[in-house]
Amino acid sequence: MSANDFDVKYVAQLARLRLTPEEEVKIGSQLKSILGYIEKLKELDVTNVEPTAHAVPLINVFRADEAGVSMTNEEALANAPAKANGLFMVPKIVE
Amino acid sequence: MIPMIHQLSIAGLQEKLARREVSAKEATEACLSQIKRVDSEIHAFISYDESDALRQAADADKLLAQGNLAGHPLLGVPIAIKDVLSVKGHPLNCCSKILGKFVSPYDATVIARLRKAGAIIFGRLNMDEFAMGSSTENSAFGTTRNPWDTSRIPGGSSGGSAAAVAADECFAALGSDTGGSIRQPAALCGCVGVKPTYGRVSRFGLVAFASSLDQIGPFTKTVKDSALLLETISGQDSHDSTSVPQPVPQYTRNLEGGIKGLKLGIAKEYMVGGLDPEVNNLVQKAIRQLESLGAEIVEVSLPHTDYAVATYYIVATAEASSNLARFDGIRYGARQDGADPMELYSNTRGLGFGPEVKRRIILGTYVLSSGYYDAYYLRAQKVRTLIRNDFLNAFQKVDAIITPTTPTPAFKVGEKSDDPLKMYLSDIFTISCNLAGIPGISLPCGFTSNPKLPVGLQILGQPFGEETMLRIAHTYEQANSWHLERALK
Repeated sequence: MSANDFDVKYVAQLARLRLTPEEEVKIGSQLKSILGYIEKLKELDVTNVEPTAHAVPLINVFRADEAGVSMTNEEALANAPAKANGLFMVPKIVE
Repeated sequence: MIPMIHQLSIAGLQEKLARREVSAKEATEACLSQIKRVDSEIHAFISYDESDALRQAADADKLLAQGNLAGHPLLGVPIAIKDVLSVKGHPLNCCSKILGKFVSPYDATVIARLRKAGAIIFGRLNMDEFAMGSSTENSAFGTTRNPWDTSRIPGGSSGGSAAAVAADECFAALGSDTGGSIRQPAALCGCVGVKPTYGRVSRFGLVAFASSLDQIGPFTKTVKDSALLLETISGQDSHDSTSVPQPVPQYTRNLEGGIKGLKLGIAKEYMVGGLDPEVNNLVQKAIRQLESLGAEIVEVSLPHTDYAVATYYIVATAEASSNLARFDGIRYGARQDGADPMELYSNTRGLGFGPEVKRRIILGTYVLSSGYYDAYYLRAQKVRTLIRNDFLNAFQKVDAIITPTTPTPAFKVGEKSDDPLKMYLSDIFTISCNLAGIPGISLPCGFTSNPKLPVGLQILGQPFGEETMLRIAHTYEQANSWHLERALK
């Protein structure tokens, strides 16, 4: 693990995030310095330490299995950038 | 000097509403006219719907005329909202371009609870895009200015909320706090801000940044007002599985009684280099005053403090990269077309997100990516355990911990905007609280001399220890008059 093998283009592609060439250079160099700072966590011995995902963990949060009110089709589509026949419109996925 | 309507605290306004000296309409108009007078310079609001606010005020006045105040502890009180919380029928942008013309289809749980209490919900308050930042300079809608000195930032990410309360443009505001986004701007603008214990307040209807760290909380002019807002918005909610079943205390009824015999911890790790001498001086004075008010001051150690910022920027960005995946231009927001779905996602996100959000999505994606997860994310979660244990150990000895809220007073617009790491380090005192899941409050503890800028005192409470934390804050506040000073005449 090293900040030097950080490939901004590859990570941006994983994140589905188009960057301009200028952004690649700028974000790449800024993140290298941030990753350099983050390296300090390696100083600590974390053997046998349990990870914390939530500070106040709750287990098995269930509600009664009863149908409630939900959004109508119209409400759910109200913010859609493109819609037709009660559905979201997207670019063609299969030929 | 007798305060004008818009300068009143919630408690002050409520006395006048109850005596019918002021109507809810007049209270709302007082806010609206203050906005018109000062907000072109402060820019706390990105939008507000005047007629909707006045319609709610008319409804409140009907109930007030009936003398029907019971069950409506906030009847007729105008409260403004950070642009990260859903208010049905109103725009929600998270101060980003990517949400386009989004209109919220429902009320967040905190909004529903404020409405039920009779509050008038109005306005969309400026913030750093998706709550990522410490200055509001990352807003796609322009930077908010600090009411005490408009060449300076108000803090962030809830900078609009803090500035609006400090500039008397609303009686209170809601914000969200992931690493200090309520307490830091409250400190820099000279108001009171509370981050509740994780799970105390439902996050339903809050646009998620880092789900294991985010909490909603109040901005007010006094501690008592914060106690009132907090007891109104707290409590379990079937729409948020992380909201806790613990009963909600009546915080407003337990503010008096003083702090005699309470043990307050001072962490030596918080008195670090980089702490502004005037800030240090005012915080030390406050600590001595708390002692003279009857508290016992005890030194405690939080040995992993130095690792909090690094831990935070792994945990928070990892969660953000996952949470912000939903902004893909398919179901809502400003879509940018592409030949296939992949290109549509990339174009939409590339053009819609601002630089800081992109930086954090890239960092978060990287620390979660194959081959790096264990080295970064899992390690950070383990260090998070160490940081939380530091606090739990300290709370064996003390009832609360006293720190500065920020290392410096408000900095100049542009001063740190080119150096993300420097900006991140300005959150050094507020970040651990979110990682540990404990509650924190910032309240004014004085002003720097030249220029006159507010300085914040932070009180960190035990998990679900809001009651004691608020009592300490109230006792300190009432022994001083910092909260009575106004930024604007």
